[in-house]
Amino acid sequence: MATNTAAGSTNLLKLWPWVVVPLVAIVLPFLFDSGHAINLLSHMGVAIIFALSYNMLLGNTGLLSFGHAVYYGLGAYVAMHLLRSINDAGGEGLPIELLPLVGAGAGLFFGIIFGTFSVRRAGVVFAMITLGLGALVHSSSLMFTDFFGGEAGLFGYRDEAPSLFGVDYAPSRNVYFLVVAWAMIAAILIYLLKKTPLGWMANAVRDNPERAQFVGYDPTIVRFIQFALSAMFAGLAGGLFVITDEIVNDEAVNALTSGAVLLGTYIGGIGYFIGPIVGGTLVTFLESSLSAYTEAWVLYFGLMFIAIVMFAPMGLVGIVHTQYLNWKAGGWKGNTGARLYILLTGLVGIFGLVCVIELAYHYFRSWDPSAPFALMGVTVDATNALPWLVSFGIAIIGFGLMLFHGNPMLKRKLGAKSDGGKA
Amino acid sequence: MTTRNALELKGVKKNFGRAEIIRGLNLEVHEHERHVIIGPNGAGKSTMFNLISGRMKVSDGSIKLFGNDIHNLPAHKVNRMGLSRSFQVTNLFQNMTVMENLRCSLLWSEGHKYAFWKSVMGQQAVTDRAYELAERLNLTEQAEIPASLLTYAQQRSLEIGCTVASGAKVILLDEPTAGMSRTEANDVIQLIQRMTGENTLVVVEHDLSVVFELADRISVLVYGEIIATGTPEEIRNNAAVQEAYLGTEVH
Ligand SMILES: Nc1ncnc2c1ncn2[C@@H]1O[C@H](COP(=O)(O)OP(=O)(O)OP(=O)(O)O)[C@@H](O)[C@H]1O
Ligand SMILES: [Mg+2]
Repeated sequence: MATNTAAGSTNLLKLWPWVVVPLVAIVLPFLFDSGHAINLLSHMGVAIIFALSYNMLLGNTGLLSFGHAVYYGLGAYVAMHLLRSINDAGGEGLPIELLPLVGAGAGLFFGIIFGTFSVRRAGVVFAMITLGLGALVHSSSLMFTDFFGGEAGLFGYRDEAPSLFGVDYAPSRNVYFLVVAWAMIAAILIYLLKKTPLGWMANAVRDNPERAQFVGYDPTIVRFIQFALSAMFAGLAGGLFVITDEIVNDEAVNALTSGAVLLGTYIGGIGYFIGPIVGGTLVTFLESSLSAYTEAWVLYFGLMFIAIVMFAPMGLVGIVHTQYLNWKAGGWKGNTGARLYILLTGLVGIFGLVCVIELAYHYFRSWDPSAPFALMGVTVDATNALPWLVSFGIAIIGFGLMLFHGNPMLKRKLGAKSDGGKA
Repeated sequence: MTTRNALELKGVKKNFGRAEIIRGLNLEVHEHERHVIIGPNGAGKSTMFNLISGRMKVSDGSIKLFGNDIHNLPAHKVNRMGLSRSFQVTNLFQNMTVMENLRCSLLWSEGHKYAFWKSVMGQQAVTDRAYELAERLNLTEQAEIPASLLTYAQQRSLEIGCTVASGAKVILLDEPTAGMSRTEANDVIQLIQRMTGENTLVVVEHDLSVVFELADRISVLVYGEIIATGTPEEIRNNAAVQEAYLGTEVH
């Protein structure tokens, strides 16, 4: 929220995340220096830009889009075509560092075209149109193989293109630094946009389009400009993805990609600027690492989303923020133990639930349910009752203690305090 | 001195489906006057405001604002031509603070339009005007409080402030004192007089003591038609009005 009460020095102090985050980002590839880790970090950077652009719609303007991948993907395809023409010209043409701008241009172009007829209404109508457009573009991507390269997609080579600074982009660490640079630029621009008359009126139109009209603003135009700019940043992310992966296929424009950015942004927290940053990072991480451990990762993803929607609509950042405010206001005094107890029992419950899901997954999905498999480091047989009993037991005890012992305890401790926090 | 008409409604009709709610309504509001609309519940007062402010389309007839047709223009265009309104039910940017509400209301009239290359907080003129308005609204202490946490009377004041802030010359207020205690209502009436100064004011009001205190002229709206317009004296002595309205409403 914008307040102008703080003096200049404290305002400068508030800028610390803008210094710390890039510093951490620059150090990370030296700590995790495997090729896999660096690729993962690059993907996180791309996902952050994409999620930030998505939140320009959902969080800032109140527009729920089911088709944001359209602009990401089309940006990527157009950038890929340019990269290929640079490759074909023997590495002559636009410097590779500027390729994301081509994606951004394409995103903006399609944002303007599709925006003209999608933003007239917010709410359900808008959501349905984006869903339809997403399906339309995705099926086109499989139909028009000349432009989209069919199911195999399109390839290009980032190191066969000129560099502004003479950098060799064969090593993925150099690519990662390029991603960090663009992510910083995009994040700063998106942040600054929130402070402009357009950004303010986007919030105003989200909260009360009618009132916005009676102070002179046309809600449709506010939504339209926001939409086009958001599509531009999505296209930027797509262009960057071309550099990190050197391949684009229909996945870039499909509903899964649109869904992932919605989930990630929401899980992070749509009411906070860093919400989509946290969400984009987390989702990319889970997608890549959780999928190595369990086949059920999509299910966990969905469960997490449902849990956030139901219990913490302000997202993970929102949970941390409310708890922090509560703690700062002294709301934790004398009940920190109870809060930790709720957290701990909750984690135990989740652990039990995960065991149950893993067992079920193995039991129903495996060719041979009785084949031994490793559950949390213990080899068990899913046709045996014991692991089921233990897993259910842990889940029930954990959640049971949390709901029927921890929660009442916290409520009691909070006593007369009006504000009952959750762990 | 000839007085210009700020608003001119001619033969305005509005039906919702088969029901004709506004039935050939004629009204002239002079520039700079305080014009109060009275009438029984369901007479169509709010509907008339919705038609004037562009929130609803007229079925027939014409509405002119300073001589220009405004019927069937979208609300934001009507606002840009110099008309703003408040609602019978409080209508603010609830999540925004008092200052943010005022700033949003000032942006267009201060010429910032859809700009996305300059910072709102950097616009000194907007900040100064917003503080000045907050002061005149007696909301300086609440400046950084979200609108949703204000008392009802404060919210109504803020809404009047936002209406004025949008730079309108003609201001429509729909029951600004509804649901208020005697003293709160008096405060709001004083606030309205203070805030709207030179502007043309059209107010819907039920409380007759307020009506006679505030009005330069009064129009009586019954069943979708204006049955009388005149000074408070004339209205008080009008037999048709007494029969149709005052007789049943005097407490
Ligand atoms: N959108 C609508 N659709 C159908 N009927 C409507 C609509 N809006 C208003 N009406 C009807 O029009 C009539 C006039 O309503 P309006 O709100 O204008 O009355 P009012 O004079 O403002 O009354 P009050 O003093 O209660 O505010 C009512 O009978 C109402 O039911
Ligand atoms: Mg009414």
